[in-house]
Amino acid sequence: MALIKEIDFGTPQRESAGIVMLEIDGRPVSVPAGTSIIRAAIQSGVNIPKLCSTDSLEAFGSCRLCLVEIDGRRGTPASCTTPVEPGMIVRTQSPKLAKLRRGVMELYISDHPLDCLTCPANGDCELQDMAGVVGLREVRYGYDGANHLSAQKDESNPYFTFDPSKCIVCSRCVRACEEVQGTFALTIEGRGFESKVSAGGKDFLESECVSCGACVQACPTATLMEKSVIAKGLAEHSVVTTCGYCGVGCSFKAEMQGNEVVRMVPYKNGQANEGHSCVKGRFAWGYATHKDRITKPMIRSRITDPWREVEWAEAIGYVAAEFKRIQARYGRGAVGGITSSRCTNEETFLVQKLVRAAFGNNNIDTCARVCHSPTGYGLKTTLGTSAGTQDFNSVDDTDVIVVIGANPTDGHPVFASRMKRRLRAGARLIVIDPRRIDLVRTPHVAADHHLQLRPGTNVAIINALAHVVVDEGLVDEAYVAERCEVADFALWRGFIAEKRNAPEATEAITGVPAAEVRAAARLYAKGGNAAIYYGLGVTEHSQGSTMVMGMANLAMATGNFGRRGVGVNPLRGQNNVQGSCDMGSFPHEYSGYRHVSDDATREIFERLWGVELEREPGLRISNMLDAAVDGTFKGLYIQGEDIAQSDPDIRHVTAGLAAMECVVVQDLFLTETASFAHVFLPGSSFLEKDGTFTNAERRINRVRKVTPPVGGLADWEITMALANACGYPMHYDHPAQIMDEIARVTPTFTGVSYDRLDKLGSVQWPCNDAAPSGTPIMHVDRFVRGRGRFMITAFVPTDERSSPRFPLLLTTGRILSQYNVGAQTRRTANVVWHKEDVLDIHPLDAENRGIRDGDLVSLASRKGETTLRAHLSERMQPGVVFTTFHFPDTAANLVTTEYADWATGCPEYKVTAVQVRATNHESEWQERYRAIKHETMRVEGGRIEGGNETIG
Amino acid sequence: MTPEKMVHMANQIAQFFAPYGREQAVAGIEDHLRKFWEPRMRAQITTYIASGGEGLHEFAAEAVGRLANK
Repeated sequence: MALIKEIDFGTPQRESAGIVMLEIDGRPVSVPAGTSIIRAAIQSGVNIPKLCSTDSLEAFGSCRLCLVEIDGRRGTPASCTTPVEPGMIVRTQSPKLAKLRRGVMELYISDHPLDCLTCPANGDCELQDMAGVVGLREVRYGYDGANHLSAQKDESNPYFTFDPSKCIVCSRCVRACEEVQGTFALTIEGRGFESKVSAGGKDFLESECVSCGACVQACPTATLMEKSVIAKGLAEHSVVTTCGYCGVGCSFKAEMQGNEVVRMVPYKNGQANEGHSCVKGRFAWGYATHKDRITKPMIRSRITDPWREVEWAEAIGYVAAEFKRIQARYGRGAVGGITSSRCTNEETFLVQKLVRAAFGNNNIDTCARVCHSPTGYGLKTTLGTSAGTQDFNSVDDTDVIVVIGANPTDGHPVFASRMKRRLRAGARLIVIDPRRIDLVRTPHVAADHHLQLRPGTNVAIINALAHVVVDEGLVDEAYVAERCEVADFALWRGFIAEKRNAPEATEAITGVPAAEVRAAARLYAKGGNAAIYYGLGVTEHSQGSTMVMGMANLAMATGNFGRRGVGVNPLRGQNNVQGSCDMGSFPHEYSGYRHVSDDATREIFERLWGVELEREPGLRISNMLDAAVDGTFKGLYIQGEDIAQSDPDIRHVTAGLAAMECVVVQDLFLTETASFAHVFLPGSSFLEKDGTFTNAERRINRVRKVTPPVGGLADWEITMALANACGYPMHYDHPAQIMDEIARVTPTFTGVSYDRLDKLGSVQWPCNDAAPSGTPIMHVDRFVRGRGRFMITAFVPTDERSSPRFPLLLTTGRILSQYNVGAQTRRTANVVWHKEDVLDIHPLDAENRGIRDGDLVSLASRKGETTLRAHLSERMQPGVVFTTFHFPDTAANLVTTEYADWATGCPEYKVTAVQVRATNHESEWQERYRAIKHETMRVEGGRIEGGNETIG
Repeated sequence: MTPEKMVHMANQIAQFFAPYGREQAVAGIEDHLRKFWEPRMRAQITTYIASGGEGLHEFAAEAVGRLANK
């Protein structure tokens, strides 16, 4: 294996039907019109020296190294800012050019420390490379003149250092922050010799910087440098793999020294991220070697006992014996499993296979139950398949972007950057969210309409938007007639035209002025290509599935399906939410979303797996816990999920877990759920195994093992061992064979194989004979179900209402630097940005309660109470508060309720009636939690988690 | 599962299908319960109906009755 170095073509690629022919250094060259000379040259194998240009950024023309000569033109134009023209004759080398370039380099080096041998960029420095390329042998100006060599380092950011003494002021970092990330945190301060890169006059940590790493990536010197590289040196090989965080699915080069990761660098050829990253994927990978990692299997008879480390064989044998005992005593349906969206497709496929084939029931569910299960139900009902309709770069052709119940700059930062780029280029924006999320107003982006609705009124607002479309004659009648079920449309049209759905009627429900709704509806329907992007603010409601159908109705009525720039697109929370759903982890369906009662489908699996399969649906997570409390469900195998922190109404979750006789947790750390476990199996991080993740655009990306599993087995190997111990034989030598099996039984995956993924980089399902290279855009000529089906989406208010006792509404979610239950990000330096969960509250609500910023407050609902610090924020509307669920000792889900989506049971995290009051102590639950937490994690021999050292 | 939670879940399903009119709604509810509720849950709600079915939406009650009769 070698270090992967992508070619830098100097300027971005241009798309054009027109081809320009020219000559560079005597070679004929053909490129699309609009291409720069430097890119045309590099594409044809002619390298031109450069410093300020790089192909992720528009040309800048400041360094004067890429000068060329062009026949018929005076002077020596910069090849980065000069586009090709037909018949051009270009020379990249001449004595005159050599002299000019050497002169430029002399000036740069005269104000640069000559410490190459001890510089962290030694061997990876473009300035060093260019000095060699131009043949710099002396600096005639000497080194004693005015310079910047004594400029102080800024080491405030936990992940990278800013050393201005090495800066050549090429502006690549500033431009990366603007063009790639869209944050505009950096600038060039001062003029002339005083010019310097500045994070708005602050240090990096205090600035607007979001630590995406784009500036570090763009820096041609050691000015912006990863601290891990400064500490360890450069990598000797790299492996392309997929990030283990959100549903964007960014490709990274894991740059390695042996088995040790030196840095994660976003991969330019990654088809989801195209070389960009966020703070989590780029920097927050240190948890993989954190000392809290459990490396040995452990068992205990009772959850009050200390853990006992055992060998794999004993642990696996114990689980099999316990599950057999439980099934013999309580029945076949007394055990089940939960898969995780943090695990690979192959792993989730195996767990559901274990449950269906070895346990003999369908009690398999996945954490997508609590996030995007309504997406599956809603889109399958209306369109015919349970997935988003577009690829990410489709947004480049969108004229009107609608963001509903999502906060992309925090939850899906890399896609948010792409979205902001399109918005800066002129696309219009409608935001529908109770909070004023960053996208509403961020540098050079402002929403045309922010429909700041009350929590729990999504369906009323989507119906109001659709009402305007029907009421004002904005339906795309030809599209509907050609593509949709006529009778269902007629029924829907009658329903949506009713006065109760008019914006004037819904205003009292949603709090959004009717005129604003009408204006937004007109923009959506008449503004060109309109695309909806949505998140858990849509799904995590009692009407989550209804809302998904409402969005599909609106898009069908306006003809916004089946081409680039349009569609309805879920932004999936975790890395493999799409995949875990695709793989048949729901209790009612097999891979490819086929119901377990379908005889033909079941026969496919029965033939291949050699067992008779259950035709009745199994239990969902919440109902497994109900059944446990009822005494009919006693054994649970949980791969990579922490339901005791992430799922709603923690008391219900823990009561269910505590009622079971064998809870098996397979994870990286002793999680909250592990406190209720009898067996702990050490899982493997995304760096320690092979497999695939499927991102929000249905893109199947390879995950590649870069270091061995710290516990000795990859997760798929553990599941395989469990199946064999349970008496159901499973034999795979590599996850590629599991994918081959998935392809054999799943019509939308028949063309997927590791060979094809390696060849194409990634594919978007459906990938089969009809679409061997995958399907970027769904529903092009027809909907998957044939004709699109309009559904009636009557607004039904949630039963969770504010009251005099609980007058505020709580919504929960996540923020940029932390991830889900925080098990990973809490064990990284990301805690410098977010070290505890806080309660965002509007200043008016705070003032009414005598609460100041930073005060401890009690957050109480009818389900429970917790204490956390208040953060006064005008992002909130009065009457609404917000918190995150990243920290177990805050336990936000103590407060959330058992209410859930009517169709899928997805919890209603986004609406909980609460009261907030000042306090000076933790809640009773928190005090008890702190008292017993370490007790539940005791290991014979004394090892307990804590601290910040690494196991490496 | 507590009877309150079960009734709430069934009534939510009924409220979604109700605008389609009795016949279609009852068929929709029955289909939903059959496809998504595990047999233990279906048995529980069937027993609940037999003991009076207090608080259940009438369409839900009718759908459960049909489930029990098949």
